Parts: sequence; C-alpha cells; structure tokens
Amino acid sequence: MPRLENKVVLLSGGASGIGAESARLVVREGGKAVLADRDEAKGRTLAAELGDAALFVPLDVTQEAGWQSAVAASVERFGGLHGLLNAAGVGVRNSIEDCTLAEYRRVNDINALGTFLGCKTAIPALKQSGGGSIVNISSVLGLRGASYAMAYCASKGAVRTLTKNVALHCAQMKYNIRCNSVHPGYIDTPMIAPRLSQTVGNRSGRQDLEELHPLGRLGRPEEVANMILFLLSDESTFSTGSEFVCDGGLTA
Amino acid sequence: MSGELSGQVAIVTGGASGIGAASAALLAGQGARVIVADLQDAKDGTGRFVSHDVASEESWKSLLADVLGREGRLDIVVNNAGISGGFANAETTTVESWQHVQAINSEGVFLGCKYAIQGMKKSGPDKPASKGSIVNISSIAGLIGSAGPTAYTASKGAVRLLSKSVALYCAEQRYNIRCNSVHPGGVDTPIFNPLWQAMGHEQGKAFVGSRHPIGRMAEPVDLGEVVLWLASDRSSFVTGAEIVADGGLTSGLMKR
Ligand SMILES: NC(=O)c1ccc[n+]([C@@H]2O[C@H](COP(=O)([O-])OP(=O)(O)OC[C@H]3O[C@@H](n4cnc5c(N)ncnc54)[C@H](O)[C@@H]3O)[C@@H](O)[C@H]2O)c1
Ligand SMILES: NC(=O)c1ccc[n+]([C@@H]2O[C@H](COP(=O)([O-])OP(=O)(O)OC[C@H]3O[C@@H](n4cnc5c(N)ncnc54)[C@H](O)[C@@H]3O)[C@@H](O)[C@H]2O)c1
Repeated sequence: MPRLENKVVLLSGGASGIGAESARLVVREGGKAVLADRDEAKGRTLAAELGDAALFVPLDVTQEAGWQSAVAASVERFGGLHGLLNAAGVGVRNSIEDCTLAEYRRVNDINALGTFLGCKTAIPALKQSGGGSIVNISSVLGLRGASYAMAYCASKGAVRTLTKNVALHCAQMKYNIRCNSVHPGYIDTPMIAPRLSQTVGNRSGRQDLEELHPLGRLGRPEEVANMILFLLSDESTFSTGSEFVCDGGLTA
Repeated sequence: MSGELSGQVAIVTGGASGIGAASAALLAGQGARVIVADLQDAKDGTGRFVSHDVASEESWKSLLADVLGREGRLDIVVNNAGISGGFANAETTTVESWQHVQAINSEGVFLGCKYAIQGMKKSGPDKPASKGSIVNISSIAGLIGSAGPTAYTASKGAVRLLSKSVALYCAEQRYNIRCNSVHPGGVDTPIFNPLWQAMGHEQGKAFVGSRHPIGRMAEPVDLGEVVLWLASDRSSFVTGAEIVADGGLTSGLMKR
C-alpha cells in the first residue's frame, strides 16, 4: 500500500533540492503535492512533470497572505490538507563581524518567520482534515554552531525550538497534529553548489565538505526526503517535537 | 574598588531590573566598572546608567562610543535585555509581535555581540590586547519546548545557536574573546508580573517553583553568580557552551 495514500502535502521550497525530491516521493507514495515556491519557472516545470497529483502555487514564505492563498489552493484543489513541509530556505555565509542587521533580518525572516507562518496558517486546515504532520527543515547548524554562518545558525536554532513549541501547542490542544524538525548535513542541492566549486586550500570545495562527514560524502536530497516521508506518514504517529538528524555522522 | 574584575569595564543590557540588576551588582562587587544599558533607569541601581535600546543599531554605536570614550576599554558584555512578548501561541502570534520580540531578543543579542567584539578588540594603555567575555541570556525555552509564547521560544533558540557561532568565530580569529549562553529556569523577576497579577506573587511563585525539581524559583542573584563566573577568568576555557541554571527542570523525570 502506498505510504501517503490520498494525503495532501503542502511543500514550501518544493521547486528545488530537498523540497523537490520530497514532492516526488509524496506523489510516488500516492499523495498529492502542492509545490509552493518563489521560483515559478522551476516550480511549474516540476508540477507539470508530476502530473495531476501536483499543483504549483507561487509563494514568498515571509508573506502571511501568500501562505493563506497556498493553503486555500491546496484544500480547494485536493479537498484537504494532511501534511506541511517547510523546506524553503536560504543558506548564507557570514560571520558576526561582517553580517549587517539587514542581512540578519532577511535570513531570519525567510528561514524562521517563514517556517512559523507556514505552521500558523496550516494548523487550521490540518485540524479540519482530522490532523496531520508538520515537518520543519532546520539543519545540523541548528544543533552545532559554525563560525562562518552566524545568521543561518540563529535562524535554524529558532526553527529547532519553534518546532517544539508548535508540537506541544498542538498536543495540548488535542489537534492530532505532530511537528518535528529535520537536521540535514551538507546535501548536494543548488543551495550549496557555489561552495562545491570553490577551492579550499589544495582541495576542491566538494572534497572539503565531504570530509566533514564521517561517511565521507555529501548527502543526497532523496536521503533527506526519505526521512521526511517517514515523518509525514502514519508510520511516525508517536513522534512529535523531536529532532531527526540526517547528516552522515557529522554531529556524532 | 579591588576585586577579581578590578579595572575591567562591563556593559549589562537590561541591567535596571531582575537578572541584569543582580549581575550588575555582582560584577561591580568584584571591582568592575559597570554600565547599565537599559530603556529604564533603576534609580538606586549599580553602576552608570546609559539610556539604550538594544534593538537599535544607532543606539549600540553611541553606547560603544560613550563607553570607549569615557572608560577607555571594554571587557565584559552581558546581553540580558529581553521581553516575553506576552502569551501568544503558534496560532495567535501575529507577524508584528513576532518581529517585535525578535528585534529585542534576537537582533538585540546579534547587535550586542557585534559591537561587543568591536569594543573588546581595542587595546589601550591599561589593556594590552584583544580580550573579553560575552554572556548571552537565552532561556530553558531555547533548549526545550513549551506550549507557551511562540516568538519568545524561537528567539531564545536563535540566541543559543548564534552564541556558538560567535564563540567559534572569535576562537578562529584568536581574539581571546569567549561567548556563552545562559539558560535560566524560572527566576523571580518583573518579567513574571502578568502572572503575579493573575495569581498573586507568593502563590504564583510557589506554583512556578513547584514545577522545578529543586522546589523553588531562582532569585536573580542565583543567575547573577552564573553571569559573574562566565564573565570572569574563572571560566577561561569555557566558550560556546550552554550553561543551564534551572533547578533541574530540563534534567529529566521525577517520581510521580
Ligand atoms: N543543502 C544543504 O546542504 C542543506 C543542509 C541543511 C539544511 N538545509 C535546508 O534544507 C532546506 C532546503 O534546502 P535545499 O538544499 O533543498 O536548497 P535549494 O536552494 O535547492 O531549495 C530551496 C528552495 O527554497 C526556495 N525559497 C527560498 N526563499 C524562498 C522564499 N522566501 N519563499 C519561497 N521559496 C523560497 C527557493 O526558490 C528554492 O526552490 C532549506 O531550509 C535549507 O536551509 C539544506
Ligand atoms: N525571569 C525568568 O524567569 C527568565 C527565565 C529565562 C530567561 N530569562 C531572560 O533573562 C533576561 C532578563 O530577564 P528578567 O527576568 O531579568 O526580566 P526583567 O523584565 O526584570 O528585566 C528586563 C530588563 O530589560 C530591559 N529592556 C527591555 N527591552 C529593552 C530594550 N529594547 N533595550 C534595553 N533594555 C531593555 C527592561 O527595561 C528591564 O529592565 C531576559 O532575556 C529574559 O528573557 C528570564
């Protein structure tokens, strides 16, 4: 039996990388995928590829009104909402000394406020559909610091605790809505492409990042998507407020 | 005044009340020259008061200029100012209240670290080299969840991780500046005023205290001692750490 039969899942950042791979899995497992992204070209192309089980809606995750339309469009097209993946995000390199206040706010708005707004807007629709599962993508940099990613670390730390807050709120309200965070290591997606082509000392950027992981390689988007699939499905119904790490051993 | 911190200069944001006021008093007790940087002036407080809004970059610039100009050095910054932002949850929090809480609790600490480093790097006649200690007040809400205030919880998670990034960056640069986060459980300060108004101070305090394994709330001085330790050279190998002072609240389960 398909693992997400007839479940409707809204995926922010669904046009690329981990979000896109998750959308493919959702459809493969019998669910409906609503791709919500600010990259219209990529989003529409993938939605077309996935066929009737997918829908693209343009979304800037920092805008509450956009979230409301995305949730409404999901319910209108597919009759309900059972899952939300908050995968939209930006990876930015900066340190405490070179990050400006405007940049700090931009990164936190997309990664943290955007995730909060997704949770807030989806909860009523998930409730109406009898409950569901929210998956927020944090990062290993929500668990450990990095000297070169100050604003990103802050935003992913916010997502980590926000997730627990949402989980406990929904549990207390008996909504039958779970909420968990996923913490990937370095995953081979467009987000880190610029890093891979840089040289670090006498190694390529790719080798440098590979060596960070005890498994000796980067993660693949489908490896994270598989963890997300588990969390979206009814296989994980006793898991809520938890941190799911997918990092090739990086934080071990 | 003589003491372990004699000659050193400390900024305590939110130093007019609660944990900040207790920290300021203990730092001053060890001989530090303390600048209380707060929106409100504590009439009979410790140290020199400078009117300051942690959410404003302009305010940080003038505070640093004032401190370096008048005191000539900066050794300790305690990023303590913070607000609970009320009780709004994941469904009732508005974008405006989210942004307001982040501006003070998260951006305020970001700016505090950035300008702390600028000040601490400066050497002078009586401070031969870059050196310092940054203490950021997060919360147990930055460690575990609560069904309570959503924006607050997120802001304290941000402080927890940004403190590590700052610690690692300063280590990498060999600045000899440490940075740690402090995670208090319930502390009897005016931040709890809304609850005291609802339950009465004594009853409210007993209620919150009973949630802590140790059976009581903290007094501000309990946290002031933690801040003093992190500020001083007694914690010289401690950086990027999460110092929990919560009466056992996040430790685990009790017999029931
Ligand atoms: N790739 C990694 O190494 C890695 C590691 C840890 C965590 N993550 C996290 O995983 C998530 C997915 O990243 P990815 O690697 O798939 O990156 P990606 O760049 O391939 O995809 C991110 C998507 O988010 C979209 N997006 C960005 N800002 C948006 C906004 N304001 N509104 C709507 N959409 C927006 C982009 O258009 C893009 O389609 C992010 O949250 C990222 O921080 C990635
Ligand atoms: N009391 C607790 O139980 C508790 C628990 C965990 C964490 N904390 C944290 O400890 C810190 C201190 O809290 P407290 O309990 O002593 O609270 P408090 O309300 O007694 O003191 C906070 C002080 O910060 C000042 N302040 C507020 N906004 C400011 C701004 N924008 N700029 C400058 N100053 C500002 C206030 O004027 C006040 O003097 C906060 O960051 C709080 O989140 C407190």
